[in-house]
Amino acid sequence: MANPSDRVSNPESLNLEIRTKEGENFTVDDGFKWLVRGFAIIAVILLFWMTLIIFQRALPAIVKFGLGFFTSTDWDIPGEVFGALPYIYGTLFSSALSLLIAVPVGLAVALVTSEDFFPEKVRTPVAFVVELIAAIPSVVIGLWGFFVLAPFFLPLQQLLFDYFKWIPLFSTAPDNTLPPTNTTNMLIAGVILGIMILPTMAAVSRDVLLVVPKELRTGSMALGSTRWETIFRVLLPSGMSGIVGAAMLALGRALGETMAVTLVIGNNPQISASLFEPGHTIPAVLAVEFAEATDFQIAALMYLALILFALTLAVNIGAVLLVQLLGVKK
Amino acid sequence: MSSSYQQSENIQFSSEELLKPLPTKRLLFNNGMTALALILSAIALIPLASIIWEILARGISGLRFEMFYQEVTVDGFANAIVGTIIMVAIASLLSIPAGILTGIYLSEVGKRSKLARAVKFVIRILTGVPSIVVGVFAYAVLVFSTKQYSAVAGGFALAVIMLPIVALTTEEALKLIPTAQRLASAALGGNLFQTTTRVVVAAAIPGITTGVLLAVARATGETAPLLFTALFSFGWSEGLFSPTASLPVLIYNLYSDPDPQKNALVWTASIILVGMVLFISLLSRLFTSKRRK
Repeated sequence: MANPSDRVSNPESLNLEIRTKEGENFTVDDGFKWLVRGFAIIAVILLFWMTLIIFQRALPAIVKFGLGFFTSTDWDIPGEVFGALPYIYGTLFSSALSLLIAVPVGLAVALVTSEDFFPEKVRTPVAFVVELIAAIPSVVIGLWGFFVLAPFFLPLQQLLFDYFKWIPLFSTAPDNTLPPTNTTNMLIAGVILGIMILPTMAAVSRDVLLVVPKELRTGSMALGSTRWETIFRVLLPSGMSGIVGAAMLALGRALGETMAVTLVIGNNPQISASLFEPGHTIPAVLAVEFAEATDFQIAALMYLALILFALTLAVNIGAVLLVQLLGVKK
Repeated sequence: MSSSYQQSENIQFSSEELLKPLPTKRLLFNNGMTALALILSAIALIPLASIIWEILARGISGLRFEMFYQEVTVDGFANAIVGTIIMVAIASLLSIPAGILTGIYLSEVGKRSKLARAVKFVIRILTGVPSIVVGVFAYAVLVFSTKQYSAVAGGFALAVIMLPIVALTTEEALKLIPTAQRLASAALGGNLFQTTTRVVVAAAIPGITTGVLLAVARATGETAPLLFTALFSFGWSEGLFSPTASLPVLIYNLYSDPDPQKNALVWTASIILVGMVLFISLLSRLFTSKRRK
């Protein structure tokens, strides 16, 4: 690089064309721009490559089963007949259960940590501890769910079975052998997923609530509303798109969550209305069967992976658009 | 005199109106919702406390010093810890430079261009791709072609998970640097390359470190992408191109093992894994809080 002071002491060499495109400075600069642009494009290539290669590997199964894959309930490995319905059902059912838990609890956490129920010194640690759940590896949460949470739910299952067994949701008798062996079921999976997506729901909703303009809140308070009237009629409606976005981000995570669900859902591909029957999900069947799968089964599993990919992609694109609409980062 | 008297009487009248207690229904609704929100928030704190308590209570008694240099075959987890570190290192080598450069592109070079917006959108989508799908992708790319489960395939899968996290947090960190600093650098004759590397990135190092540590913590705890890329091994791995053990996969493979020794090992391994991940996460918080001061 030329030393600027040399140029000034040597007026003849002073180049008045300051917009020159020559010299080592500009080569480095241009090279740098192309370098970072190249690396940025890697991410785009990665996404397309991922879609392409999974589609390519799934192609034999797509050709053989077509759309019938979505409605078939068979999973016959030696006979090479595969259907996705029980897995799709389990994935959607467990994720829906998790939303039923995570949305109210997440909103409660978001409100408690964004309103002034407590001094700042209490609120920040509460928000931090809830966000820390996201840091716990999912396999450890699954382990906890299998050994701690599932036995804990047995008495509840007994109670619901005794009084409400005429409702299909609670029609499964609990396992009363000692020690119980069949404690894993759809409900535990839903609860575990609910715990795992809680940090997403709480953190994104909190960010959304914190950017609601102060005037709206003070205006509502000045008109004589109580705190919760303000929350329900002003804060939540004005942050609605962001909160729906948060729920969709959380749903995306729940749909794709693998390890924790694999440990607690029972891994039985059946369609049952009961909360206490074991089920199966797309990520769980991939985790369980992929490593030992043979040629055509791999294609069927790839087809399942493609369905999961499309499902989460749709949910995430929706969430990103909704949250972007509001201009909230996260 | 008389008018001011009347005024104060008016105030007294209206303040009486103001002091009228809230109708019972509204009062109950308000206090009931407060109680409900507090109870739900308290419930939200239980799982984390319970998880940490249970793994400590069940795992700490089995913790022996030998575990840190013995293999899984003799109830240690040294090879799993080394495997995790190796694969996270491979993933870091692949994803951190690429992620930081992508972040620089988004914040400094591309800014609001169409390409930058598309890249940002794709990266956000990438963060939402389920980790098991990333595992399937890495399997199709590396294991299918080499016919070999390996640490490299596992590291590649983890890199795909880390890349968008590093890129997004780097972009956020760079955006926090005031524009005045870029202008000052430009005024002194610094071109884009000099301004970015010597001024903007230098000032954003703490924020970038936070993002990198978050990505490392995430990769350390991931199981699903390793299940059928790195697989597992009970003994020491034979090299980067052979099946490699990791702590998360150890927990998954052995939690229902018939051998009670191995079941106890799972809880002890959980302490180490959660300890590692929480340590890295808290370290990343430290960088953020320093920056905010």
